[in-house]
Amino acid sequence: MLAAVGALELGLIYAVMALGVFLSFRTLNTPDLTVDGSFVLGAAFSAVICSGGGNPFFAVFAALIAGCLAGCVTALLNTKLEIQPLLAGILVMLGLYSINLRVMGGKANIPLNDEVTIFDIFAGTALEKYGELPVILIAVSLILILFYLFLQTRLGFALRATGDNEYMVRASGINTNRMKLIGMALANGFVAVSGAMIAQYQSYADVGMGLGMVVIGLASVIIGEVIFGTKTLLRRLIAVVLGAVLYRLVITYSLSRGLPAVDLKLISAVIVAVALSAGVIVRYVRKYVRRFAGTALGKKLVPAGFGVQRKKGGEGK
Amino acid sequence: MMEIKGLKKIFGKGSVNEKTALNDVTLTLEDGEFVTVIGGNGAGKSTLMNCIAGVHQAEEGRIILDGTDITEMPEYKRSRWIGRVFQDPSMGTAFDMTIEQNLAIAYGKGRLRGLTPGLCKKDLDFFREQLTLLDLGLENRLKHKVGLLSGGQRQALTLLMATIVKPKLLLLDEHTAALDPPTARTVLELTDRFVCEHGLSAFMITHNMKAALTHGTRTIMMHEGRVILDLFGEERASMTVETLIERFEKRAGAELDNDRMLLG
Repeated sequence: MLAAVGALELGLIYAVMALGVFLSFRTLNTPDLTVDGSFVLGAAFSAVICSGGGNPFFAVFAALIAGCLAGCVTALLNTKLEIQPLLAGILVMLGLYSINLRVMGGKANIPLNDEVTIFDIFAGTALEKYGELPVILIAVSLILILFYLFLQTRLGFALRATGDNEYMVRASGINTNRMKLIGMALANGFVAVSGAMIAQYQSYADVGMGLGMVVIGLASVIIGEVIFGTKTLLRRLIAVVLGAVLYRLVITYSLSRGLPAVDLKLISAVIVAVALSAGVIVRYVRKYVRRFAGTALGKKLVPAGFGVQRKKGGEGK
Repeated sequence: MMEIKGLKKIFGKGSVNEKTALNDVTLTLEDGEFVTVIGGNGAGKSTLMNCIAGVHQAEEGRIILDGTDITEMPEYKRSRWIGRVFQDPSMGTAFDMTIEQNLAIAYGKGRLRGLTPGLCKKDLDFFREQLTLLDLGLENRLKHKVGLLSGGQRQALTLLMATIVKPKLLLLDEHTAALDPPTARTVLELTDRFVCEHGLSAFMITHNMKAALTHGTRTIMMHEGRVILDLFGEERASMTVETLIERFEKRAGAELDNDRMLLG
Protein backbone atom coordinates (compact mmCIF):
# COMPACT_ATOMS: atom_id res chain seq x y z
CA MET A 1 0.00 0.00 0.00
CA LEU A 2 2.78 2.37 0.95
CA ALA A 3 4.59 1.49 -2.27
CA ALA A 4 1.42 2.19 -4.23
CA VAL A 5 1.07 5.64 -2.66
CA GLY A 6 4.71 6.33 -3.46
CA ALA A 7 4.12 5.24 -7.06
CA LEU A 8 1.04 7.43 -7.28
CA GLU A 9 2.99 10.43 -6.03
CA LEU A 10 5.89 9.82 -8.38
CA GLY A 11 3.52 9.17 -11.25
CA LEU A 12 1.73 12.45 -10.67
CA ILE A 13 5.00 14.39 -10.64
CA TYR A 14 6.15 12.64 -13.81
CA ALA A 15 2.77 13.50 -15.29
CA VAL A 16 3.88 17.13 -15.48
CA MET A 17 6.81 15.99 -17.61
CA ALA A 18 4.45 13.85 -19.68
CA LEU A 19 2.26 16.92 -20.30
CA GLY A 20 5.35 18.62 -21.69
CA VAL A 21 6.01 15.65 -23.94
CA PHE A 22 2.35 15.74 -25.00
CA LEU A 23 2.77 19.40 -25.98
CA SER A 24 5.77 18.76 -28.22
CA PHE A 25 4.93 15.27 -29.46
CA ARG A 26 1.19 15.58 -30.00
CA THR A 27 0.29 19.26 -30.09
CA LEU A 28 3.29 20.40 -32.13
CA ASN A 29 3.73 17.01 -33.75
CA THR A 30 7.50 17.06 -33.12
CA PRO A 31 9.29 14.45 -31.03
CA ASP A 32 11.54 16.51 -28.77
CA LEU A 33 14.57 14.80 -27.26
CA THR A 34 15.63 17.88 -25.30
CA VAL A 35 13.51 16.40 -22.50
CA ASP A 36 16.25 14.10 -21.18
CA GLY A 37 18.42 17.15 -20.58
CA SER A 38 15.86 19.72 -19.50
CA PHE A 39 14.47 17.35 -16.86
CA VAL A 40 17.88 17.24 -15.17
CA LEU A 41 18.32 20.97 -15.72
CA GLY A 42 15.19 21.58 -13.67
CA ALA A 43 16.30 19.15 -11.00
CA ALA A 44 19.76 20.73 -10.87
CA PHE A 45 18.42 24.27 -10.41
CA SER A 46 15.98 23.04 -7.83
CA ALA A 47 18.57 21.13 -5.80
CA VAL A 48 21.19 23.86 -5.96
CA ILE A 49 18.79 26.57 -4.84
CA CYS A 50 17.24 24.45 -2.09
CA SER A 51 20.54 23.20 -0.75
CA GLY A 52 21.74 26.81 -0.66
CA GLY A 53 18.81 27.63 1.61
CA GLY A 54 16.74 29.30 -1.11
CA ASN A 55 12.98 29.38 -1.34
CA PRO A 56 11.82 26.01 -2.74
CA PHE A 57 9.05 27.66 -4.77
CA PHE A 58 11.54 30.05 -6.29
CA ALA A 59 13.63 26.95 -7.09
CA VAL A 60 10.75 25.50 -9.10
CA PHE A 61 10.21 28.85 -10.82
CA ALA A 62 13.90 29.08 -11.72
CA ALA A 63 13.70 25.56 -13.13
CA LEU A 64 10.73 26.62 -15.24
CA ILE A 65 12.65 29.51 -16.75
CA ALA A 66 15.75 27.39 -17.36
CA GLY A 67 13.65 24.68 -19.02
CA CYS A 68 11.94 27.26 -21.25
CA LEU A 69 15.32 28.59 -22.35
CA ALA A 70 16.52 25.07 -23.20
CA GLY A 71 13.38 24.56 -25.29
CA CYS A 72 14.00 27.88 -27.04
CA VAL A 73 17.48 26.75 -28.06
CA THR A 74 16.09 23.55 -29.59
CA ALA A 75 13.37 25.48 -31.41
CA LEU A 76 15.83 28.05 -32.75
CA LEU A 77 18.23 25.35 -33.96
CA ASN A 78 15.28 23.88 -35.79
CA THR A 79 13.62 26.98 -37.22
CA LYS A 80 16.48 29.42 -37.74
CA LEU A 81 19.35 27.06 -38.48
CA GLU A 82 17.13 24.47 -40.17
CA ILE A 83 18.44 21.48 -38.25
CA GLN A 84 15.97 18.59 -38.15
CA PRO A 85 13.92 18.69 -34.94
CA LEU A 86 15.12 15.28 -33.74
CA LEU A 87 18.76 16.21 -34.22
CA ALA A 88 18.26 19.66 -32.69
CA GLY A 89 16.86 17.97 -29.60
CA ILE A 90 19.76 15.52 -29.40
CA LEU A 91 22.29 18.35 -29.68
CA VAL A 92 20.67 20.38 -26.91
CA MET A 93 20.30 17.29 -24.73
CA LEU A 94 24.00 16.56 -25.13
CA GLY A 95 25.01 20.15 -24.48
CA LEU A 96 22.80 20.27 -21.43
CA TYR A 97 24.75 17.42 -19.85
CA SER A 98 27.71 19.76 -19.43
CA ILE A 99 25.51 22.66 -18.41
CA ASN A 100 23.77 20.52 -15.81
CA LEU A 101 27.12 19.54 -14.34
CA ARG A 102 28.10 23.23 -14.28
CA VAL A 103 24.87 24.16 -12.53
CA MET A 104 25.56 21.44 -9.98
CA GLY A 105 29.01 22.88 -9.35
CA GLY A 106 30.85 20.04 -11.06
CA LYS A 107 29.28 17.40 -8.83
CA ALA A 108 27.31 14.53 -10.31
CA ASN A 109 24.95 14.41 -7.36
CA ILE A 110 23.50 16.96 -4.96
CA PRO A 111 21.77 15.56 -1.88
CA LEU A 112 19.08 17.52 -0.05
CA ASN A 113 19.10 16.71 3.63
CA ASP A 114 16.94 18.81 5.91
CA GLU A 115 16.28 21.63 3.52
CA VAL A 116 12.77 23.05 3.30
CA THR A 117 10.96 21.85 0.16
CA ILE A 118 7.62 22.72 -1.44
CA PHE A 119 6.24 19.60 0.25
CA ASP A 120 6.60 21.23 3.66
CA ILE A 121 4.03 24.00 3.24
CA PHE A 122 1.31 22.06 4.99
CA ALA A 123 3.55 21.30 7.95
CA GLY A 124 1.59 21.91 11.14
CA THR A 125 -1.80 21.83 9.40
CA ALA A 126 -4.40 19.09 9.20
CA LEU A 127 -3.07 18.04 5.80
CA GLU A 128 0.33 17.15 7.19
CA LYS A 129 -0.58 13.53 7.86
CA TYR A 130 -1.13 12.92 4.15
CA GLY A 131 2.55 13.57 3.45
CA GLU A 132 3.55 14.92 0.08
CA LEU A 133 0.35 13.97 -1.71
CA PRO A 134 -1.70 17.18 -1.12
CA VAL A 135 1.03 19.41 -2.53
CA ILE A 136 1.49 17.13 -5.52
CA LEU A 137 -2.24 16.93 -6.21
CA ILE A 138 -2.63 20.70 -6.02
CA ALA A 139 0.41 21.35 -8.20
CA VAL A 140 -0.56 18.84 -10.89
CA SER A 141 -4.22 19.94 -10.98
CA LEU A 142 -3.17 23.57 -11.22
CA ILE A 143 -0.76 22.87 -14.06
CA LEU A 144 -3.32 20.72 -15.87
CA ILE A 145 -6.03 23.37 -15.62
CA LEU A 146 -3.74 26.23 -16.63
CA PHE A 147 -2.43 24.20 -19.56
CA TYR A 148 -5.96 23.36 -20.66
CA LEU A 149 -7.05 27.00 -20.43
CA PHE A 150 -3.95 28.08 -22.32
CA LEU A 151 -4.79 25.73 -25.18
CA GLN A 152 -8.23 27.39 -25.40
CA THR A 153 -6.81 30.86 -25.98
CA ARG A 154 -6.14 32.41 -29.35
CA LEU A 155 -2.47 31.70 -28.88
CA GLY A 156 -3.30 28.13 -27.89
CA PHE A 157 -5.40 27.65 -31.03
CA ALA A 158 -2.56 28.92 -33.19
CA LEU A 159 -0.16 26.56 -31.43
CA ARG A 160 -2.39 23.54 -31.90
CA ALA A 161 -3.02 24.31 -35.54
CA THR A 162 0.74 24.56 -36.13
CA GLY A 163 1.09 20.88 -35.26
CA ASP A 164 -1.89 20.04 -37.43
CA ASN A 165 -1.22 21.93 -40.63
CA GLU A 166 1.54 24.48 -41.05
CA TYR A 167 0.32 25.62 -44.46
CA MET A 168 -3.04 26.62 -43.09
CA VAL A 169 -1.43 28.37 -40.15
CA ARG A 170 0.86 30.47 -42.32
CA ALA A 171 -2.03 31.19 -44.66
CA SER A 172 -3.88 32.53 -41.60
CA GLY A 173 -1.13 35.04 -40.95
CA ILE A 174 0.57 33.17 -38.11
CA ASN A 175 4.33 32.91 -37.77
CA THR A 176 4.81 29.15 -37.43
CA ASN A 177 8.41 29.58 -36.27
CA ARG A 178 7.26 31.69 -33.35
CA MET A 179 4.63 29.09 -32.46
CA LYS A 180 7.28 26.36 -32.43
CA LEU A 181 9.45 28.54 -30.21
CA ILE A 182 6.65 29.16 -27.72
CA GLY A 183 5.56 25.52 -27.79
CA MET A 184 9.02 24.05 -27.30
CA ALA A 185 9.80 26.54 -24.54
CA LEU A 186 6.62 25.70 -22.69
CA ALA A 187 7.05 21.94 -23.19
CA ASN A 188 10.55 21.99 -21.71
CA GLY A 189 9.38 24.35 -18.99
CA PHE A 190 6.90 21.67 -17.89
CA VAL A 191 9.62 19.04 -18.04
CA ALA A 192 11.99 21.12 -15.93
CA VAL A 193 9.27 21.82 -13.35
CA SER A 194 8.71 18.09 -13.11
CA GLY A 195 12.45 17.57 -12.65
CA ALA A 196 12.53 20.28 -9.99
CA MET A 197 9.71 18.64 -8.06
CA ILE A 198 11.30 15.19 -8.36
CA ALA A 199 14.57 16.52 -6.95
CA GLN A 200 12.77 17.95 -3.92
CA TYR A 201 10.62 14.84 -3.56
CA GLN A 202 13.51 12.38 -3.72
CA SER A 203 15.87 14.70 -1.86
CA TYR A 204 18.59 14.64 -4.48
CA ALA A 205 19.45 15.62 -8.01
CA ASP A 206 21.64 13.38 -10.13
CA VAL A 207 23.15 14.25 -13.48
CA GLY A 208 22.01 10.90 -14.90
CA MET A 209 18.41 11.05 -13.70
CA GLY A 210 17.05 12.24 -17.06
CA LEU A 211 18.14 9.21 -19.05
CA GLY A 212 15.20 7.84 -21.01
CA MET A 213 12.84 10.48 -19.66
CA VAL A 214 11.43 11.24 -23.09
CA VAL A 215 10.57 7.55 -23.52
CA ILE A 216 8.74 7.51 -20.19
CA GLY A 217 6.88 10.63 -21.34
CA LEU A 218 5.92 9.01 -24.63
CA ALA A 219 4.85 5.84 -22.86
CA SER A 220 2.62 7.88 -20.55
CA VAL A 221 1.06 9.77 -23.45
CA ILE A 222 0.38 6.62 -25.44
CA ILE A 223 -0.84 4.50 -22.51
CA GLY A 224 -3.16 7.36 -21.56
CA GLU A 225 -4.54 7.67 -25.07
CA VAL A 226 -5.12 3.94 -25.47
CA ILE A 227 -6.77 3.39 -22.10
CA PHE A 228 -8.52 6.67 -21.35
CA GLY A 229 -9.34 7.93 -24.82
CA THR A 230 -8.80 11.04 -26.91
CA LYS A 231 -12.31 12.28 -27.36
CA THR A 232 -11.92 15.84 -26.09
CA LEU A 233 -8.87 17.90 -25.32
CA LEU A 234 -9.51 17.94 -21.57
CA ARG A 235 -9.93 14.19 -21.62
CA ARG A 236 -6.67 13.82 -23.53
CA LEU A 237 -4.79 15.88 -20.96
CA ILE A 238 -6.28 13.95 -18.05
CA ALA A 239 -5.46 10.75 -19.94
CA VAL A 240 -1.81 11.80 -20.10
CA VAL A 241 -1.73 12.33 -16.33
CA LEU A 242 -3.44 9.00 -15.67
CA GLY A 243 -1.14 7.33 -18.19
CA ALA A 244 1.90 8.59 -16.29
CA VAL A 245 0.46 7.32 -13.01
CA LEU A 246 -0.43 3.95 -14.50
CA TYR A 247 3.02 3.57 -16.02
CA ARG A 248 4.61 4.25 -12.65
CA LEU A 249 2.26 1.83 -10.88
CA VAL A 250 3.06 -0.94 -13.35
CA ILE A 251 6.80 -0.34 -13.00
CA THR A 252 6.60 -0.30 -9.20
CA TYR A 253 4.53 -3.48 -9.20
CA SER A 254 6.91 -5.24 -11.58
CA LEU A 255 9.89 -4.26 -9.47
CA SER A 256 8.18 -5.53 -6.34
CA ARG A 257 7.52 -8.84 -8.09
CA GLY A 258 11.22 -9.31 -8.75
CA LEU A 259 11.82 -7.52 -12.05
CA PRO A 260 15.54 -6.67 -12.06
CA ALA A 261 15.94 -2.87 -11.93
CA VAL A 262 18.66 -3.03 -14.58
CA ASP A 263 16.07 -4.12 -17.16
CA LEU A 264 13.81 -1.11 -16.58
CA LYS A 265 15.02 1.01 -19.50
CA LEU A 266 14.82 -1.90 -21.91
CA ILE A 267 11.26 -2.58 -20.86
CA SER A 268 10.29 1.09 -21.23
CA ALA A 269 11.77 1.12 -24.72
CA VAL A 270 9.93 -2.06 -25.71
CA ILE A 271 6.62 -0.73 -24.35
CA VAL A 272 6.93 2.45 -26.40
CA ALA A 273 8.09 0.63 -29.53
CA VAL A 274 5.13 -1.75 -29.32
CA ALA A 275 2.67 1.04 -28.54
CA LEU A 276 3.86 3.18 -31.44
CA SER A 277 3.64 0.31 -33.89
CA ALA A 278 0.49 -1.36 -32.56
CA GLY A 279 -1.49 -0.55 -35.71
CA VAL A 280 1.18 -1.99 -37.99
CA ILE A 281 1.60 -5.11 -35.88
CA VAL A 282 -2.14 -5.78 -36.00
CA ARG A 283 -2.00 -5.43 -39.78
CA TYR A 284 0.83 -7.95 -40.07
CA VAL A 285 -0.91 -10.43 -37.80
CA ARG A 286 -4.13 -10.18 -39.81
CA LYS A 287 -2.24 -10.63 -43.04
CA TYR A 288 -0.44 -13.78 -41.90
CA VAL A 289 -3.49 -15.24 -40.26
CA ARG A 290 -5.42 -14.74 -43.50
CA ARG A 291 -2.65 -16.38 -45.46
CA PHE A 292 -2.50 -19.24 -42.96
CA ALA A 293 -6.28 -19.60 -43.07
CA GLY A 294 -5.98 -20.47 -46.75
CA THR A 295 -3.85 -23.54 -46.08
CA ALA A 296 -5.25 -26.99 -45.34
CA LEU A 297 -4.26 -26.86 -41.69
CA GLY A 298 -5.48 -23.29 -41.37
CA LYS A 299 -8.94 -24.17 -42.63
CA LYS A 300 -9.37 -26.40 -39.62
CA LEU A 301 -7.90 -24.03 -37.07
CA VAL A 302 -8.96 -20.52 -38.03
CA PRO A 303 -12.63 -19.63 -37.60
CA ALA A 304 -14.30 -18.56 -40.83
CA GLY A 305 -14.38 -14.84 -41.43
CA PHE A 306 -11.39 -14.09 -39.22
CA GLY A 307 -9.85 -10.74 -40.00
CA VAL A 308 -12.23 -10.13 -42.86
CA GLN A 309 -14.11 -7.16 -41.48
CA ARG A 310 -11.23 -4.72 -41.93
CA LYS A 311 -10.06 -6.08 -45.25
CA LYS A 312 -10.00 -3.47 -47.98
CA GLY A 313 -11.54 -4.81 -51.19
CA GLY A 314 -9.64 -6.23 -54.13
CA GLU A 315 -8.22 -9.32 -52.47
CA GLY A 316 -10.14 -11.46 -54.92
CA LYS A 317 -11.86 -13.88 -52.60
CA MET B 1 -4.36 46.92 -57.05
CA MET B 2 -1.57 44.49 -57.68
CA GLU B 3 1.42 44.94 -59.92
CA ILE B 4 3.76 42.14 -60.88
CA LYS B 5 6.87 43.41 -62.64
CA GLY B 6 9.36 41.20 -64.45
CA LEU B 7 8.93 38.26 -62.12
CA LYS B 8 11.44 35.48 -62.61
CA LYS B 9 11.67 32.19 -60.75
CA ILE B 10 14.25 29.49 -61.40
CA PHE B 11 14.15 26.15 -59.63
CA GLY B 12 17.39 24.26 -58.97
CA LYS B 13 19.52 27.15 -60.15
CA GLY B 14 22.97 26.02 -61.26
CA SER B 15 22.08 22.33 -61.21
CA VAL B 16 21.44 20.06 -64.18
CA ASN B 17 17.76 20.19 -63.36
CA GLU B 18 17.60 23.95 -63.61
CA LYS B 19 14.15 24.99 -64.68
CA THR B 20 12.87 28.46 -65.35
CA ALA B 21 9.35 28.32 -63.97
CA LEU B 22 8.56 32.00 -64.41
CA ASN B 23 10.19 34.00 -67.15
CA ASP B 24 9.66 37.73 -66.89
CA VAL B 25 6.01 37.79 -65.92
CA THR B 26 4.50 41.26 -65.85
CA LEU B 27 0.88 41.71 -64.93
CA THR B 28 -1.34 44.42 -63.53
CA LEU B 29 -4.50 43.55 -61.68
CA GLU B 30 -7.23 46.15 -61.25
CA ASP B 31 -9.42 46.43 -58.19
CA GLY B 32 -12.22 43.88 -58.23
CA GLU B 33 -10.81 41.93 -61.14
CA PHE B 34 -11.36 38.17 -61.10
CA VAL B 35 -8.69 36.53 -63.21
CA THR B 36 -8.84 32.92 -64.29
CA VAL B 37 -5.49 31.35 -65.16
CA ILE B 38 -5.08 28.45 -67.55
CA GLY B 39 -2.10 26.74 -69.13
CA GLY B 40 -0.40 23.42 -69.80
CA ASN B 41 1.53 21.26 -67.39
CA GLY B 42 4.50 23.13 -65.96
CA ALA B 43 3.40 26.44 -67.46
CA GLY B 44 4.15 28.23 -64.19
CA LYS B 45 0.60 28.85 -62.98
CA SER B 46 1.09 27.46 -59.49
CA THR B 47 4.58 28.95 -59.25
CA LEU B 48 3.16 32.39 -60.01
CA MET B 49 0.57 31.94 -57.32
CA ASN B 50 3.12 30.64 -54.82
CA CYS B 51 5.35 33.64 -55.52
CA ILE B 52 2.44 35.98 -54.86
CA ALA B 53 1.59 34.10 -51.67
CA GLY B 54 5.20 34.07 -50.51
CA VAL B 55 5.73 30.30 -50.54
CA HIS B 56 8.50 30.84 -53.10
CA GLN B 57 10.88 33.75 -53.34
CA ALA B 58 11.30 35.11 -56.86
CA GLU B 59 14.83 35.54 -58.26
CA GLU B 60 14.00 38.81 -59.95
CA GLY B 61 11.11 41.21 -60.20
CA ARG B 62 8.77 42.90 -57.77
CA ILE B 63 5.29 42.22 -56.49
CA ILE B 64 3.42 45.26 -55.29
CA LEU B 65 0.11 44.78 -53.53
CA ASP B 66 -1.94 47.90 -53.04
CA GLY B 67 1.14 50.10 -52.95
CA THR B 68 3.14 47.84 -50.60
CA ASP B 69 6.12 46.01 -51.97
CA ILE B 70 5.62 42.45 -50.70
CA THR B 71 8.34 40.77 -52.76
CA GLU B 72 10.46 39.89 -49.76
CA MET B 73 7.84 39.83 -47.07
CA PRO B 74 7.50 36.47 -45.26
CA GLU B 75 4.55 34.34 -46.22
CA TYR B 76 2.76 34.66 -42.89
CA LYS B 77 2.92 38.46 -42.95
CA ARG B 78 1.43 38.92 -46.39
CA SER B 79 -1.23 36.31 -45.57
CA ARG B 80 -2.93 39.11 -43.67
CA TRP B 81 -4.02 40.55 -47.04
CA ILE B 82 -4.10 37.39 -49.11
CA GLY B 83 -6.68 34.64 -48.76
CA ARG B 84 -5.85 31.22 -50.17
CA VAL B 85 -7.62 28.02 -51.10
CA PHE B 86 -5.43 25.10 -52.08
CA GLN B 87 -5.90 22.24 -54.50
CA ASP B 88 -5.61 19.63 -51.77
CA PRO B 89 -8.69 19.91 -49.53
CA SER B 90 -6.65 18.84 -46.50
CA MET B 91 -4.25 21.77 -46.82
CA GLY B 92 -6.61 24.58 -45.96
CA THR B 93 -7.80 23.47 -42.55
CA ALA B 94 -6.48 21.97 -39.31
CA PHE B 95 -8.06 18.51 -39.41
CA ASP B 96 -7.80 17.71 -35.71
CA MET B 97 -9.56 20.91 -34.65
CA THR B 98 -13.24 21.75 -34.79
CA ILE B 99 -14.99 23.87 -37.39
CA GLU B 100 -15.43 26.73 -34.94
CA GLN B 101 -11.77 26.60 -33.92
CA ASN B 102 -10.65 26.65 -37.54
CA LEU B 103 -12.85 29.64 -38.22
CA ALA B 104 -11.53 31.37 -35.10
CA ILE B 105 -7.96 30.94 -36.33
CA ALA B 106 -8.87 32.41 -39.71
CA TYR B 107 -10.89 35.19 -38.08
CA GLY B 108 -7.85 36.10 -35.96
CA LYS B 109 -5.96 37.34 -39.03
CA GLY B 110 -4.32 40.63 -38.30
CA ARG B 111 -5.40 40.51 -34.66
CA LEU B 112 -3.16 39.85 -31.68
CA ARG B 113 -3.01 36.18 -30.78
CA GLY B 114 -2.64 36.47 -27.05
CA LEU B 115 -4.13 34.88 -23.98
CA THR B 116 -7.70 35.98 -24.57
CA PRO B 117 -10.19 33.12 -25.03
CA GLY B 118 -10.04 31.67 -28.53
CA LEU B 119 -13.81 31.67 -28.95
CA CYS B 120 -16.45 34.06 -27.69
CA LYS B 121 -20.21 34.09 -28.00
CA LYS B 122 -20.24 36.98 -30.47
CA ASP B 123 -17.78 35.25 -32.81
CA LEU B 124 -19.72 31.99 -32.61
CA ASP B 125 -22.94 33.70 -33.66
CA PHE B 126 -21.10 35.30 -36.54
CA PHE B 127 -19.57 31.96 -37.61
CA ARG B 128 -22.95 30.28 -37.49
CA GLU B 129 -24.44 32.99 -39.63
CA GLN B 130 -21.59 32.76 -42.15
CA LEU B 131 -21.78 28.96 -42.30
CA THR B 132 -25.52 29.17 -42.97
CA LEU B 133 -24.66 31.07 -46.14
CA LEU B 134 -22.71 28.06 -47.40
CA ASP B 135 -25.93 26.07 -47.30
CA LEU B 136 -24.14 22.82 -46.41
CA GLY B 137 -25.61 22.34 -42.94
CA LEU B 138 -22.25 23.07 -41.33
CA GLU B 139 -23.82 25.65 -39.02
CA ASN B 140 -25.10 22.75 -36.92
CA ARG B 141 -21.73 21.06 -36.78
CA LEU B 142 -19.58 23.78 -35.23
CA LYS B 143 -18.10 21.38 -32.71
CA HIS B 144 -17.28 18.66 -35.23
CA LYS B 145 -13.69 18.08 -36.19
CA VAL B 146 -12.80 19.19 -39.69
CA GLY B 147 -11.24 15.79 -40.31
CA LEU B 148 -14.78 14.42 -40.46
CA LEU B 149 -15.83 16.65 -43.36
CA SER B 150 -15.85 15.67 -47.02
CA GLY B 151 -13.47 17.28 -49.51
CA GLY B 152 -16.16 19.59 -50.85
CA GLN B 153 -17.24 20.70 -47.39
CA ARG B 154 -13.63 21.38 -46.49
CA GLN B 155 -13.06 23.47 -49.61
CA ALA B 156 -16.22 25.46 -48.90
CA LEU B 157 -15.04 25.98 -45.32
CA THR B 158 -11.55 26.97 -46.52
CA LEU B 159 -13.15 29.45 -48.90
CA LEU B 160 -15.09 30.95 -46.02
CA MET B 161 -11.93 31.03 -43.89
CA ALA B 162 -9.98 32.71 -46.68
CA THR B 163 -12.53 35.50 -46.94
CA ILE B 164 -13.88 35.84 -43.39
CA VAL B 165 -11.43 38.68 -42.88
CA LYS B 166 -11.80 40.48 -46.19
CA PRO B 167 -8.57 39.94 -48.11
CA LYS B 168 -7.16 42.30 -50.74
CA LEU B 169 -6.53 39.33 -52.95
CA LEU B 170 -7.96 35.82 -53.10
CA LEU B 171 -5.78 33.06 -54.55
CA LEU B 172 -7.47 29.86 -55.70
CA ASP B 173 -5.10 27.14 -56.84
CA GLU B 174 -7.23 24.60 -58.72
CA HIS B 175 -9.39 24.46 -55.65
CA THR B 176 -12.03 22.31 -57.31
CA ALA B 177 -9.67 19.87 -59.05
CA ALA B 178 -9.86 17.23 -56.32
CA LEU B 179 -13.66 17.28 -56.15
CA ASP B 180 -16.28 15.32 -58.03
CA PRO B 181 -18.07 17.36 -60.75
CA PRO B 182 -21.29 18.24 -58.85
CA THR B 183 -19.32 19.26 -55.74
CA ALA B 184 -16.87 21.19 -57.89
CA ARG B 185 -19.81 23.10 -59.35
CA THR B 186 -21.16 23.95 -55.91
CA VAL B 187 -17.77 25.20 -54.74
CA LEU B 188 -17.35 27.24 -57.93
CA GLU B 189 -20.74 28.84 -57.41
CA LEU B 190 -19.78 29.66 -53.85
CA THR B 191 -16.54 31.14 -55.12
CA ASP B 192 -18.43 33.41 -57.51
CA ARG B 193 -20.74 34.49 -54.74
CA PHE B 194 -17.96 35.28 -52.30
CA VAL B 195 -15.95 37.21 -54.84
CA CYS B 196 -19.03 39.17 -55.93
CA GLU B 197 -20.45 39.89 -52.49
CA HIS B 198 -17.16 41.01 -51.01
CA GLY B 199 -16.02 42.74 -54.20
CA LEU B 200 -12.74 40.81 -54.09
CA SER B 201 -9.85 40.74 -56.49
CA ALA B 202 -9.10 37.13 -57.25
CA PHE B 203 -6.79 34.79 -59.10
CA MET B 204 -8.12 31.35 -59.94
CA ILE B 205 -6.10 28.61 -61.56
CA THR B 206 -8.29 26.07 -63.27
CA HIS B 207 -7.87 23.21 -65.69
CA ASN B 208 -11.43 23.57 -66.83
CA MET B 209 -11.33 25.80 -69.93
CA LYS B 210 -15.05 26.31 -69.87
CA ALA B 211 -15.00 27.41 -66.26
CA ALA B 212 -12.09 29.71 -67.09
CA LEU B 213 -14.24 31.54 -69.61
CA THR B 214 -17.55 31.52 -67.75
CA HIS B 215 -16.17 32.59 -64.38
CA GLY B 216 -14.39 35.80 -63.56
CA THR B 217 -13.78 38.90 -65.61
CA ARG B 218 -10.45 38.17 -67.25
CA THR B 219 -8.55 35.11 -68.44
CA ILE B 220 -4.82 34.71 -68.82
CA MET B 221 -3.06 31.79 -70.38
CA MET B 222 0.45 30.78 -69.44
CA HIS B 223 3.03 28.75 -71.30
CA GLU B 224 6.62 27.98 -70.30
CA GLY B 225 6.70 30.61 -67.61
CA ARG B 226 5.20 33.43 -69.65
CA VAL B 227 1.79 34.98 -70.01
CA ILE B 228 0.95 34.35 -73.67
CA LEU B 229 -2.66 35.38 -73.76
CA ASP B 230 -4.58 38.00 -71.83
CA LEU B 231 -8.30 38.15 -72.51
CA PHE B 232 -10.93 40.50 -71.16
CA GLY B 233 -13.95 42.47 -72.21
CA GLU B 234 -15.69 41.67 -75.46
CA GLU B 235 -12.91 39.59 -76.89
CA ARG B 236 -13.20 37.27 -73.94
CA ALA B 237 -16.98 37.23 -74.06
CA SER B 238 -16.92 35.97 -77.63
CA MET B 239 -14.42 33.20 -76.93
CA THR B 240 -15.35 29.54 -76.94
CA VAL B 241 -13.23 26.67 -75.70
CA GLU B 242 -12.39 25.77 -79.31
CA THR B 243 -11.25 29.26 -80.31
CA LEU B 244 -9.31 29.47 -77.07
CA ILE B 245 -7.38 26.26 -77.80
CA GLU B 246 -6.77 27.51 -81.34
CA ARG B 247 -5.42 30.82 -80.10
CA PHE B 248 -3.24 29.03 -77.60
CA GLU B 249 -1.66 26.72 -80.16
CA LYS B 250 -1.00 29.60 -82.52
CA ARG B 251 0.64 31.65 -79.79
CA ALA B 252 2.59 28.89 -78.10
CA GLY B 253 3.55 27.05 -81.26
CA ALA B 254 2.81 23.89 -79.36
CA GLU B 255 -0.06 21.62 -78.61
CA LEU B 256 -1.86 22.05 -75.37
CA ASP B 257 -0.45 19.39 -73.09
CA ASN B 258 -2.47 19.62 -69.93
CA ASP B 259 -3.92 16.14 -69.87
CA ARG B 260 -6.51 16.99 -67.29
CA MET B 261 -7.48 20.11 -69.19
CA LEU B 262 -8.17 18.14 -72.35
CA LEU B 263 -10.03 15.43 -70.54
CA GLY B 264 -12.04 18.03 -68.66
